[in-house]
Amino acid sequence: MGETMTKDQYILGIETSCDETAMSIVKNGVEIVANVVASQIESHKRFGGVVPEIASRHHVEQITVVLEETFSKAEMTMADIDAITVTEGPGLVGALLIGVNSAKALAFAKSKPLVGVHHIAGHIYANRLNKEFTFPLIALVVSGGHTELILMREHGSFEIIGETRDDAAGEAYDKVARTLQLPYPGGPHIDRLATEGQANINFPRAWLEEGSYDFSFSGLKSSVINTLHNAEQRDEVLKKEDVAASFQASVVEVLTTKTYKAAKEYGVKQVLVAGGVAANQGLRKELTSKFADTGIELEIPPLHLCTDNAAMIAAAGSIAYNQGHRAGWDLNANPSLDLEKYSLRGQQR
Amino acid sequence: MKTFEFTTYTSEETIRLAEKLALLLRPGDVITLSGGLGAGKTTFTKGIGSGLGVTRMINSPTFTIVKEYMGELPLYHMDVYRLENSDEDIGFDEYFNGNGISVVEWATFIKEFLPEERLDIDFQLKNEDERTITFYPKGDAFEKICEELER
Repeated sequence: MGETMTKDQYILGIETSCDETAMSIVKNGVEIVANVVASQIESHKRFGGVVPEIASRHHVEQITVVLEETFSKAEMTMADIDAITVTEGPGLVGALLIGVNSAKALAFAKSKPLVGVHHIAGHIYANRLNKEFTFPLIALVVSGGHTELILMREHGSFEIIGETRDDAAGEAYDKVARTLQLPYPGGPHIDRLATEGQANINFPRAWLEEGSYDFSFSGLKSSVINTLHNAEQRDEVLKKEDVAASFQASVVEVLTTKTYKAAKEYGVKQVLVAGGVAANQGLRKELTSKFADTGIELEIPPLHLCTDNAAMIAAAGSIAYNQGHRAGWDLNANPSLDLEKYSLRGQQR
Repeated sequence: MKTFEFTTYTSEETIRLAEKLALLLRPGDVITLSGGLGAGKTTFTKGIGSGLGVTRMINSPTFTIVKEYMGELPLYHMDVYRLENSDEDIGFDEYFNGNGISVVEWATFIKEFLPEERLDIDFQLKNEDERTITFYPKGDAFEKICEELER
């Protein structure tokens, strides 16, 4: 990266890893010029979860529409773009492929540099569209597929210090929501019900071994399901609001406590929250109060940047591009792309 | 075809059984796991991974359907629960005929894609600490593996 860089840099981001077809143009890695997201939630509702085949079909239908809308909103053309960045993984393979192949076609046709981006690196970098990073920092990534604590000592470097040993937090939310017969996606419904109920059922908190930053939500999920089942057998009716509040209290307490301990141990200056579950009001409230007056800055992105979008991919891709990452024409969708290995690419230059 | 029954009392025992099994597997082998919540499917998969020398954390593949791990042999951990309402082929051939070991949860949803020769394993929780793990080998090779495990 040159200090003499004076020309503004425009990065195109493409994201199709799950059920949102998204493109965005980001200026200098921090400023959104255009951000378009075509959501498929409606199509997946009746299945109670994302159906891969349907997701891929939607991406194919949406991708050119989203591309045109992005450039028309930005009032720009491909000629203004410095690099094309795309989510290469992790995610659903068929869904990822649409984005990766579109990015490759655009880069090839317009002779633009191509950069692959890790989806979780993107979620973390959503925060940089809001606030500059201060290292070292810890990111709490919570979504349907992820629950991780990631330490960053500098741009583009990611160390996983804790992760779930079984289900992701968002997965637990979805399964509990299904048991409570709430519509998909379940997280926001539980979050809303929780504010109307009392956390009066004592669900377990999985702290694991002393000093571990790993998570486990599978026992909690089973406990909620068993509690509901047992109540039904005894003809008791548990208030859904109370179940939601008690379940959420357990998840939020574990996430907040572990994040706080890790932040103290690693002496970080900033704590970032990322991923779809970062939209959860209960989690936001608890984290805010835990980090108040600690001198550690807590950053939670605005709601529209918590869920999948392409601005975050362009933001993370901009760093990778400026660090010299380039993908070849053999760039492929990698449904289980490893964040730490992805992170090492930057250090192998 | 014969069936083989094992009883474990702790998750360590379940892991040890899976580790032993992992050492007997060959590239392209397919294993299906069935049983209720908390019956030990994930624990068993962790054991197979550890037997194969996977060092990364093995956790739920529900969200992405497949998670791939590198060990001495690659491990493909699949949860095909969300394919229930579709007849989608997400490239099963490449996994099932590949160089790795495939471990499939909710395999009844993709019956038509499963190879005839495979090892079906069922987990039943008897009480809080006691699990019955039943092996249903399909094919001579898998029956031999089960016999070896029993020794």
